Amino acid sequence: MNWEVIIKWLPRLAQGATLTLELVAIAVIAGLILAIPLGIARASRHWYVRAVPYGYIFFFRGTPLLVQLFLVYYGLAQFDAVRSSSLWPYLRDPFWCTVLTMTLHTAAYIAEILRGALQAIPRGEIEAARALGMSGAKTLFYIMLPRASRIGLPAYSNEVILMLKASALASTVTLLELTGMARTIIARTYLPVEIFFAAGMFYLLISFLLVQGFKLLERWLRVDACQGR
Amino acid sequence: MTIDLHGFGPALLAGTLMTVKLALCALLLGLVLGLLGALAKTSPLKPLQWLGGAYSTLVRGIPELLWVLLIYFGTVSLMNQLGEALHIPGLELNAFAAGVIALGLCFGAYATEVFRGAILAIPKGHREAGLALGLSRGRILSRIILPQMWRIALPGLGNLFMILMKDTALVSVIGLEEIMRHSQIAVTVSKEPFTFYMVAAFIYLGLTVIAMTGMHFMEKRAARGFARGNQ
Repeated sequence: MNWEVIIKWLPRLAQGATLTLELVAIAVIAGLILAIPLGIARASRHWYVRAVPYGYIFFFRGTPLLVQLFLVYYGLAQFDAVRSSSLWPYLRDPFWCTVLTMTLHTAAYIAEILRGALQAIPRGEIEAARALGMSGAKTLFYIMLPRASRIGLPAYSNEVILMLKASALASTVTLLELTGMARTIIARTYLPVEIFFAAGMFYLLISFLLVQGFKLLERWLRVDACQGR
Repeated sequence: MTIDLHGFGPALLAGTLMTVKLALCALLLGLVLGLLGALAKTSPLKPLQWLGGAYSTLVRGIPELLWVLLIYFGTVSLMNQLGEALHIPGLELNAFAAGVIALGLCFGAYATEVFRGAILAIPKGHREAGLALGLSRGRILSRIILPQMWRIALPGLGNLFMILMKDTALVSVIGLEEIMRHSQIAVTVSKEPFTFYMVAAFIYLGLTVIAMTGMHFMEKRAARGFARGNQ
C-alpha cells in the first residue's frame, strides 16, 4: 500500500466527499418532503387514492437507480418539448439530474417507510384524538405525523445511509463526487487499490458520522420513550 | 402502441439472460458468505465474532459500485502475480467474475445480519435438546438450526435478492453485456435513449415481479405446518 499517494490525493477526495454530502443532503430532505403526501395517500382507505402512489412506488422501487438516472440524464433529451422548455438548462446539468433522480427514488422508499409508520400507530391514539374533537387534518398533523416520524426514524436513517451509497452512481454521469473523483485520480495515477481504499474509508467515515447523528436525533426526539405501546 | 426496437430485441433478451445468470451466481456466493458470516458472528470464539462483524460492517459501509470497480480494477496486478506463479500468462478477472464476487460480497454482508437474526430467533432449548440427544455440533446445525432458520430468514433474503437484482445494473459500468450495457449500445445506434432505458426499466420491473412471485411461493412452502399468524 502506497500511503504517500493516498495522503497526496486526500484533499481532492475530500472535495469529492463534499459533493457527495451535498447530493445526499438535498435528496433525502427533498425526498422526505415529497414522500409525506405520497405516504399519507398510500395509507388511505380508498383504493383510488392508494393507486397513484402505489404505481409510483412500484416503479421506483422495482427498477435500478442507474436506469432511472440514465432515463433522466440521457432519456429526457429525446423529446424536443423538454429541450425547448425553460427547464432545459437544469435538466442538461448532471448535478440537477442526479439530485432529481435521487429525490424521486428515495421519496418512493421513504413513502413506504411512512406508510408502515402510519399504520403502526395504535388505533386508540387516533380514536382518542377524534374523541377530543380534533378534526381529521388536526389529528394528522398533531397526533399521527409526529408519532409516525418517531416510529419511522430508524428506518429513515437506514434509507439515508443507502442513499449515501447510491450517490456513488453519480460518477456514471460525469459528476466528480467521491467515487467519480477516485476514478479520475486513478486514471492519472494507475493505483486503483490505494485510491479506492481511501474513498471507501471516506464512505465508512461519513456513514459512521450519520449513524451517530441519527442516534443523537433519536435521543432528542425521545424515540425510545414512545416505544412502550 | 408498439415500440420500435431497431432490431435490438434479441440483444436485450441476451442481456436479460446475462442479468439473471449474474444475479443467481452472486446469490449463491452471497448465501454461502452470509451463512459463514452469521456462524462467525454467533460463534463463542471472540476472533471469529470480530471477523464476522468486521466483514459485515466494512462491506455494508462502502457503496456497491465502489466494490465492483475495486474488484475489477484492483485485482489486475494481483491476478498478474498469480498468473506468473501458476505460469498462466494474461490471467485476469473477467467482468462477469468480478461482478459475481462484488455483488456476492455485498449480498453476503447483508445476509449475515439476516441469518444472524434468524439463528438468534431459534429457541435455545432446541440446541440443548440436540446436545442432550448426543448429536454432534455439525449435526445440530444441519438438522435442527438450518431447517428452522430458513423459514425465518426467507423474507429478509427475498428483499435482499430484489436489491441484488437491481444492483446487477452496476456491473454494466465495467462492461459486462447485461441489460443496461445492451441498452447503452442500442442508444448509441438508434439515438433514442428514453425508449431503450424505459424498455430496460420494464425488463427489470418484470424480473422483480417474477422474483416476488417466486418468493411468495417459497415463503408459503417454508411456512407449511405453521398456523397463520402464529409465526
